[in-house]
Amino acid sequence: MANVELSNPLTEAPRSPILSVRDLEVTFRIDDGLAKAVDGVSFDLYPGEVLGVVGESGSGKTVAALSIMRLIPDPPGNISAGQILFDGQDLLHVTYEQMRDVRGTQIAMIFQEPMTALNPVFTIGMQVMETVLTHEPVRRREAFDRAVEMLERVGIPDARKRMNDFPHQFSGGMRQRVMIALALVCHPKILIADEPTTALDVTTQAQILELMLELERKQTGASIILITHDLAVVAETCQRVVVMYGGMVQEVGTAEQVFHDPRHPYTKGLLASLPSTSGKKEERLYTIPGNVPSIMEMPAGCKFCTRCSEVIDRCRTEKPRLYDLGDGHFVRCHLLEDDAK
Amino acid sequence: MSEPLLEVRNLSVRFPIWGGVFRHKVAEVCAVDDLSFTLYKGETLGLVGESGCGKTTVAKAICNILRETAPGVHLEGEIIFHTQKEAVDLLSLNRTRMKPFREQLQIIFQDPFSSLNPRMTVQEIVERPLKVHSAKTPNQRRERVFRLLERVGLQPEYAMRYPHEFSGGQRQRIGIARALAVNPTLVVADEPVSALDVSVQSQVINLLLDLQDDFGLTYLFVAHDLSVVYHISDRIAVMYLGSMVEIGGAETVYHQPAHPYSRALLSAVPRPDPTAKRTERIRLKGEIPSPLNKPCGCSFHPRCAIVQNECMVNIPSLEEKETGQLAACPFT
Repeated sequence: MANVELSNPLTEAPRSPILSVRDLEVTFRIDDGLAKAVDGVSFDLYPGEVLGVVGESGSGKTVAALSIMRLIPDPPGNISAGQILFDGQDLLHVTYEQMRDVRGTQIAMIFQEPMTALNPVFTIGMQVMETVLTHEPVRRREAFDRAVEMLERVGIPDARKRMNDFPHQFSGGMRQRVMIALALVCHPKILIADEPTTALDVTTQAQILELMLELERKQTGASIILITHDLAVVAETCQRVVVMYGGMVQEVGTAEQVFHDPRHPYTKGLLASLPSTSGKKEERLYTIPGNVPSIMEMPAGCKFCTRCSEVIDRCRTEKPRLYDLGDGHFVRCHLLEDDAK
Repeated sequence: MSEPLLEVRNLSVRFPIWGGVFRHKVAEVCAVDDLSFTLYKGETLGLVGESGCGKTTVAKAICNILRETAPGVHLEGEIIFHTQKEAVDLLSLNRTRMKPFREQLQIIFQDPFSSLNPRMTVQEIVERPLKVHSAKTPNQRRERVFRLLERVGLQPEYAMRYPHEFSGGQRQRIGIARALAVNPTLVVADEPVSALDVSVQSQVINLLLDLQDDFGLTYLFVAHDLSVVYHISDRIAVMYLGSMVEIGGAETVYHQPAHPYSRALLSAVPRPDPTAKRTERIRLKGEIPSPLNKPCGCSFHPRCAIVQNECMVNIPSLEEKETGQLAACPFT
């Protein structure tokens, strides 16, 4: 099964990916046994693209992102299988010191809640400078200037003065700007943003997303992995989308493919259950029945078979593989076997 | 339009800020400023705005629970509640005299994790309002709890379980069952679906719509997700820094907003369509000012795209626009 996914034509695309996640498996040891939070996830990230990873809570999207950074707490977590190929090496097999270098300078991460991600007892300036001083052989003076410049670029007014302020003196949106500055100050090649705007208001969300895209396009050229549960945010910002459910990739494709021609019943259901904002209001929303099963109660076959409206007997026993529908569109559903290339 | 159920007249809410060595009052923050609107029987009014604009304070003021939760709060104005016999100003009532009205006014909270007591079973949680407000026997109460759980889509066998055994969506259903236990006429829903996953969110929205039909409920639906508010509401009210800036029919406010703030807010909402040609997004400058330090004149003027000189002096009042809604901006 693993080989089938390896030979996906995404790797044969004209550009070569900057980051490849291959058959990643992450397990957590809990009281009742082993919980597989990520179950064979593969995807590629190409230079300069914004890749959206969508899924509901418990779908394994955050765990997959943390594995790329090797930030899974071990124990209880454990990356039990797979490869994370970056820059010719497998990040799962580099030493702790090498990984420290990769974090920050090569791959940086923005977290959902900026208040808990920033250290409350150090000034913003100290925290941004620390990143520079840790990773680059520069003097304090230079690090200070770099930090000020970066804070100005993410749109913090009066940056030089605000270097001496503590995180609690900033609003939510401003804190998220500081987080972005912190992540980008060493010019990483990849930026992983885990629900960067979930805690923010829509107007602030629009500002932050715009800022991230602008910095990506004009200034740093980093590739972005945007992890979110908000389909509308993905539609507006991402070129390609990975839909996750139950720790597995269920559908991969360009934003047009996933939003205009969704093929997996889960993706279809998710899109149909969004309230329509154009045209006439419908009385009732489409719903996906049931709840996301707990990680210990995941069905043996297709993970979505307990809630799927198009379920057949085969789904309950046999895990579907990721079928290739052409043009980089992949769907994990038995019903599409005949359409697959 | 049908008859009014609740009229909010010139409501102002000011919270004290305590400080200094002896914890004396150093300042006041005006969370809601001279707000008036009417809720009609059987309708859903959506209340939207950014965090800190006072929408939750309005919800709490209507349920008259502010005095309990925020000692020292200063309330002005009137909240007239129309029952079949009389019209009563809820704010003038003390605890004892308020009690009979609490049956009529129930609230559903945002966070289904902290709004249910973890030490009580579902049975006890849903039964609680019945114990307080009705004279039912224990058997009758148990029967009612079972029927309520069934109605909100939970199996009655779940009654003996504790909240931690349920998922977020199921807990929100328990919260809804609790609110409905005493047959309220007005349900204040404070961000009832914001903490839920997309697939569960639509289930709860449908449930709320069904219950409204079945029980003839009136909803005040507070939320920040504008597409959800648009779907569920008959009318939408937009708040900014404690004041109402626009109120009108959902279609009108959503598709033809009149106030520059509503326009900016709506243009910031992402749409789930990657190829949709978006109309030029109105960028809001800066951040929402602190309610402690409100701008003079129209409180939106420092961020407004069409600001004029007189906006800094005059406080605009709600006036009717060509499209039918009321908006507090003379320049649109």
